[in-house]
Amino acid sequence: MMDFDEALEQFDPALGLEVHVELNTATKMFCGCPAAFGGEPNTHVCPTCLGLPGSMPVVNGKAVESAIRIGLALNCSIAEWCRFARKNYFYPDMPKNFQTSQYDEPIAFDGYLDVDVEGETFRVEIERAHMEEDTGKSTHVGGTTGRIHGAEYSLVDYNRAGIPLIEIVTRPIVGAGVKAPLVARAYVQQLRDLILALGVSEARMDQGNLRADVNLSLAPKGSDRLGTRSETKNVNSFRSVERAVRYEISRHAAILAAGDAVVQETRHWHEDTGITTSGREKSDAEDYRYFPEPDLVPVAPSAQWVEELRGTLPENPTAKRARLQAEWGFSDLEMRDTVGAGALGLVEETITAGAAPQAARKWWLSELARRANEEGVELSDLAITPAQVARIQALVDEGKVNDKLARQVFDGVLAGEGEPDAVVEARGLAIVSDDGALSAAVDDAIAANPDVAEKIRGGKVAAAGALIGAVMKQMRGQADAGRVRELILEKLGAGEG
Amino acid sequence: MSDITRDEVAHLADLARIDLSEAEIDKLAPQLAVILEAIDSIADVATDDIPPTSHAVPLTNVFREDVVRPGLTAEQALAGAPATEDQRFLVPRILGED
Repeated sequence: MMDFDEALEQFDPALGLEVHVELNTATKMFCGCPAAFGGEPNTHVCPTCLGLPGSMPVVNGKAVESAIRIGLALNCSIAEWCRFARKNYFYPDMPKNFQTSQYDEPIAFDGYLDVDVEGETFRVEIERAHMEEDTGKSTHVGGTTGRIHGAEYSLVDYNRAGIPLIEIVTRPIVGAGVKAPLVARAYVQQLRDLILALGVSEARMDQGNLRADVNLSLAPKGSDRLGTRSETKNVNSFRSVERAVRYEISRHAAILAAGDAVVQETRHWHEDTGITTSGREKSDAEDYRYFPEPDLVPVAPSAQWVEELRGTLPENPTAKRARLQAEWGFSDLEMRDTVGAGALGLVEETITAGAAPQAARKWWLSELARRANEEGVELSDLAITPAQVARIQALVDEGKVNDKLARQVFDGVLAGEGEPDAVVEARGLAIVSDDGALSAAVDDAIAANPDVAEKIRGGKVAAAGALIGAVMKQMRGQADAGRVRELILEKLGAGEG
Repeated sequence: MSDITRDEVAHLADLARIDLSEAEIDKLAPQLAVILEAIDSIADVATDDIPPTSHAVPLTNVFREDVVRPGLTAEQALAGAPATEDQRFLVPRILGED
């Protein structure tokens, strides 16, 4: 491993990203089985997705529509005519012994996505977006690690086999230099935002709705040739995309600096240790023996249909970011941090749910970002919704809780104790502004601190802070601090007027 | 004359998971060459104004509504499996042959 900065003094990285998006259609790509996540094993299956003899696939029109919308949102051309192709391989995750995909005729091609990286716009060129189907899920049994190596046998659940996938492939991204890891991360984040805005996928990386493969190669600085690449599979969080790129840059650099050759291969990403290990050597494209799928007729979207779908696209992401920043009154830095944390959509939904922009930003980027970081998950994976965050802020605005108590409400919601109001109720977190209870606590504080009380009587109003602190402590932080102050001054005859 | 080498036949057989003996490869290579030759003769008559044909019917855009239809139960799905465990298909170790 070579130090990252040293590696980038000697080499230029080229990135390529392949992102698989599982569509949220009701049914699978080629049959009427439910495409819902999970389910008891092998209950979302039929003869078609099990590849039984005599079964015939039929294309899900909604999936084609989603594919075209994704293509258009990525500024792609849409094929006037294209076919599906069989990708032949023997692996039990596909019971047909081939995956129905697209080969040299993708539905969408030649597009781009403009990505914001620390306030700088980076254009990522899209080579293609094509339609295919997901594979079944294998569980490896035996061996020590539960991984494929050393397993004695595997168990396969085909519920996922046949769920519509769109694979989005970038052209080599060059010129990012030291920012390559950030560009990779920002691309996946902003692609996910776009997919969510289109409403075509749940796009949850933790559930595998959105999966990234990271291709990386290095070339000697100044060279215009691409080096040999590695393909790191299934990197399943934004943070991991960034880390995997960093790791592979350091690994390739060390190999090349020693005068050795990088092996073209797939690599496995290990979330826990942050390293990649060798997978299999990459087969040549010919080895899949692609040929046009004879059981499915070509897809030829009419210009009229494509234009209709263009009319359904959400706002262009770059324009949208500029509009939101103006609406919310965020500084460039605040906006950059919000985008960088993958919180743009979450903050937006929180504001839509009624929270003030700065409050929404504060909770997601401080309190919740800290918790996500501690748990090693993405913000969007936390067990709290933007509506719940907005409700907690509303409780603060209504004076029912203060910021400190709000943090405990976050604890409760994240622990699965229910909605914010229920957590406040169950944990007894509401601020006490009832004068009876407060008055007694204030009397206690005055009695316990006669010196301080005397100062206040003598006009040193600033000393009230010490008594307020004592009352808050006795009330376990659940007192309305403003009311406590009023009561103290009232009782000691030191009104501020 | 199209030619297909023994090595190509062996490679294709390997990709298709067909276990061919040396004698079978010797026998099949010339036969496949004859088939390829027959297909080449189609290329001789196909002119530029005839597009390559991959489908027998001139249809496009045959789509299905995105509506769930009943499939199989797990019992039915697994009925033909040689081995099962935990309601899943049991398959031999996957990377053993590499």
